[in-house]
Amino acid sequence: MPAIDLDRIAELARIELTPDSAAAFRADLERVLALVDRLQAVDATGVAPMSHPLDLPQRLREDIVTESDQRDALLALAPAAENGLYLVPKVIE
Amino acid sequence: MNRTDWETVIGLEIHAQLTTRSKIFSGASTAFGAEPNRQACAIDVALPGTLPVLNRGAVERAIRLGLAIEAEIAERSVFARKNYFYPDLPKGYQISQYELPVVKNGAITVQVGEGEAAYEKTVRITRAHLEEDAGKSLHEDFHGMTGIDLNRAGTPLLEIVSEPDMRSAEEAVAYARALHTLVRWIGVCDGNMQEGSFRIDANVSVRPKGETRLGTRREIKNLNSFRFLQQAIDYEVRWQIETLEEGGTVQQATVLFDPERGETRVMRTKEDAHDYRYFPDPDLLPLVIDRAWIEEVRSNLPELPQALRRRLVEAHGLTPYDANLLTASKELADYYLAAVAAAGQALAKPCANWILGELAARLNRSGIEIGESPVRPTHIAALVQRVHDGTISHAGAKKVFEALWTGEGQDVDAIIEAQGLEQVSDESALESLVDAAIAANPKSVEEFRAGKEKALNALVGQVMKASRGAANPQRVTELLRRKLTG
Repeated sequence: MPAIDLDRIAELARIELTPDSAAAFRADLERVLALVDRLQAVDATGVAPMSHPLDLPQRLREDIVTESDQRDALLALAPAAENGLYLVPKVIE
Repeated sequence: MNRTDWETVIGLEIHAQLTTRSKIFSGASTAFGAEPNRQACAIDVALPGTLPVLNRGAVERAIRLGLAIEAEIAERSVFARKNYFYPDLPKGYQISQYELPVVKNGAITVQVGEGEAAYEKTVRITRAHLEEDAGKSLHEDFHGMTGIDLNRAGTPLLEIVSEPDMRSAEEAVAYARALHTLVRWIGVCDGNMQEGSFRIDANVSVRPKGETRLGTRREIKNLNSFRFLQQAIDYEVRWQIETLEEGGTVQQATVLFDPERGETRVMRTKEDAHDYRYFPDPDLLPLVIDRAWIEEVRSNLPELPQALRRRLVEAHGLTPYDANLLTASKELADYYLAAVAAAGQALAKPCANWILGELAARLNRSGIEIGESPVRPTHIAALVQRVHDGTISHAGAKKVFEALWTGEGQDVDAIIEAQGLEQVSDESALESLVDAAIAANPKSVEEFRAGKEKALNALVGQVMKASRGAANPQRVTELLRRKLTG
């Protein structure tokens, strides 16, 4: 089983870990990886990789505008909004 | 090592915004210029419980592009989640395609350079995949916060990825331009670069000539004009060569081009490169495209620029350079073809000359698109015919063109008549002028008879002068020759 870089995973998921929760997460992830190991052990030679559990094609919609303007209702759900914009803490990458 | 010992290697990733009415996974409008968030529905803002449903129009456009670059259209392709956090991406992932794109293994042949130095270059296209665009962050001050407009979120994009086949900025620009022409030609993208409908990322590296392994590349992000593409690559290549020649190394990085300073600037290095953790999107089943659909799309494709270019050279007798210019846009090509259809294919060359010369210059100067030109293809055809049959001189044709352009007249023959531009071709009318010129210029007559061909031009000039430019110079020449040698 590969080593789990918990700090990296937490950073990618933007989750802050306390020492207690870190231990719990590590245990969870180890169980997940163990399950993956069991799956990897199955001989899948000749089986096409599956991207979805349902063996069905995607249904398509026609290219038609069906949505009406719901801006005010949606903005009302946001913690902060102004001038028709959602406001978020300043982020510059 | 000096500069000529280095080889430049360039690959381009181009994001073409597709011309659908609605978004790729929702029924919200994609119209440009709406007030912020008026076109961002519950799916686009990633409200919990919403599910994406793929737009048939976006898939159809991907197939069109795939066929136009002679690529394989995947019978089955898969949407994947590209995970990263940014506030203008409310789901926390972008729906894209990763391992199984809808289009792969295409190519496009482009013309590089002009005149004698012009050559053809084939650029392979690795893949083109469907994905959604993100929203827009506005960093102006909202009490120290960032404003988010999600109108653009979910707009369909086709990311077109080339092989690293280009060897100079000039080749990269020629390829980008050809693709820009093509996407507009087949109507999948409006190509508006100011509005961000066609954005270019350039992967640039250098290596010593003869080396087969690729050098370390840096990716220049988000170039929105061909001029910036050229400048950014030129700067980047110079910088990489200088760095290597001074004993330094190039670190893999993403850079931004600053047009004001004309230089590239590191945005992030490999160490803080994103880890996107792609995986198949469980919300979307595989996209299946059957042969019948592909054939239907194929049957609706117009003649493509490359094929038309070949036809203009082979059947119309144009130079490859002129053929390339005339196929710069579908509108221009259609205009030319309409003119030739009316004038007859034998007059293709003069039609091309008028369109690429006088007309192009006037359109350019007044900032008018070819579709709005007051001079129509039938006008060009009539003009060219009247010059060809000797009714008017080239100078007269320019006056007719002027009248058509200003709207002073709508009909070529009526303008010729109204302005008295018809050349005198009638022999009896010309004969007295010719006789007078012969009588008045014995020296020229003698010289011509002694074998000096040029002396004839002087006599023609005299007749033209005497007729105040109204005589048909061709007829005058014939008449003079007959009288002097007969």
